[in-house]
Amino acid sequence: MIKLSHVSKEYPKRGHALRDVSFHIKKGEFAFLTGHSGSGKSTTLRLIHMADRPTEGEVRVSGFSSERVTERDLWKVRRRVGFVFQDFRLLPGRTAQENVAFVLEVTGTPAKAIQPKANRLLAQVGLSSKAGADVNELSGGEQQRVAIARALANDPYVLLADEPTGNLDDRATRGVMELFWDINAKGMAVLMATHDLEVVRRHSTARVFELDNGALVYDSAASEAPPVDRDSSSFDGETP
Amino acid sequence: MSYALREAIAAFRRAPVLTGLSSAMVGLALFVVGLFALATYNLQLALAAIEERVEVVVYLRDDTRQSEIDLLLEELTDMDEVRLVTYVSKRDALERARAELPEFGELFMDAEVNPLPQSLEVELRPGDRSAEVVERVATAAEGHPFVEDAQYGREWVDRLFALRRIGLASTAVLGGAFALVAALIIGTALRIAIFARRDEIYVMRLVGATTGFIRRPFLLEGAIAGLGGGIFALALTYATYRGVYAYLFEIAWVPGGWVALGLGIGSAFGMLSSGLAIRRHLHEV
Repeated sequence: MIKLSHVSKEYPKRGHALRDVSFHIKKGEFAFLTGHSGSGKSTTLRLIHMADRPTEGEVRVSGFSSERVTERDLWKVRRRVGFVFQDFRLLPGRTAQENVAFVLEVTGTPAKAIQPKANRLLAQVGLSSKAGADVNELSGGEQQRVAIARALANDPYVLLADEPTGNLDDRATRGVMELFWDINAKGMAVLMATHDLEVVRRHSTARVFELDNGALVYDSAASEAPPVDRDSSSFDGETP
Repeated sequence: MSYALREAIAAFRRAPVLTGLSSAMVGLALFVVGLFALATYNLQLALAAIEERVEVVVYLRDDTRQSEIDLLLEELTDMDEVRLVTYVSKRDALERARAELPEFGELFMDAEVNPLPQSLEVELRPGDRSAEVVERVATAAEGHPFVEDAQYGREWVDRLFALRRIGLASTAVLGGAFALVAALIIGTALRIAIFARRDEIYVMRLVGATTGFIRRPFLLEGAIAGLGGGIFALALTYATYRGVYAYLFEIAWVPGGWVALGLGIGSAFGMLSSGLAIRRHLHEV
């Protein structure tokens, strides 16, 4: 499904963002990618989404290799990988339904199938009643649900989420996390970057990767003892 | 209706002020090109009218025999560059002088002492009215002993062709410069319009829309903005033409082909500028 083999990423000004990272995520797996700000979480997600190419090593996503996929074929990778961001990145001035329908339209869904599928996706994320609302009028949690519905529009194999609860209050966070679990329960792999240890702790069955200064320092599937103090609520040192 | 066309039209509807301003900027840029085209076309017409008058007049001695005149007439007519050779007898020359120069009427009253020579007027084919051709024809005629003189106003022809060369060079250089400035303005206007929609491009890239699919509505939008600007420029240029014609001097309107070409160039500029402007956004995700 997703395989990183000795992946390093170096930026000209920033230096090394990732150093020799290797891991493998199987179909239907739920994994957290944790670590401090700047530890390389977002870079890892960008490499999996093939928005960037590794300086060394190889990223494989659903049969596509970062070494061989061309710019021209990137769209094929993108349709297999859904992406959710902390800041939602919805199209302002459009309704929830229009935001989802936009994705279906630009990825070639037949015209007749667009509205029913957009409605079904919004129902899946619990937003049927807000389908006609302008996204600017929705709460943070609702906007993130629209973003998740949009990410599911292509029926991807894996859902990447970069700090999806970072802008949400506790209640909205719980709702969104339940949604991710529901999606995962239907067989879709989820890889979520977060520095919120509280979120990780609540979902103890998930696999956990920890990055530190660009290096993979912990994989719960391979090691018992996490290097970070799990009593704090985040990598920034807050306590519950 | 295809997605590309629908989105292109929707873009105008969503941001009418921005797209209107883009079209206006394109229109003003093309208006300068239109004015230049109008001036160039009229300069061309003026030069062509002057060029029409380029001819060689071969003056013959009074004692030239008819057979010699016929021989030279045939020889000149056979030259590839020559369109028409007209014989003007002494009598014809006198009558023409009387008609054209009435102030010397008395001088030309006595046909017995007609001072004017008989001549052959050599008209050249269009495209062969250069100084070199004119000189070649004149030299060929002057080779005959019964030819008194062959005149064509060498200095005048040289100046005319120098003027024409300057006209061509300035058309190429200034036209190119105006077109470049117009392209830059159009590019900037459309870049602003595309920048306003960078979120859409980002989302399209994010979810796996193909590059061609993303580009198409923007290219179409650029073409429509370019065409709209072209029509605006055409209206301004035509208004200027009417104003000049009515209040300053008589000028000609540019041919339909030029108008069609201008509108086509406006659309092409719009499309090209959009294509270039969108390129950088396509690499953001």
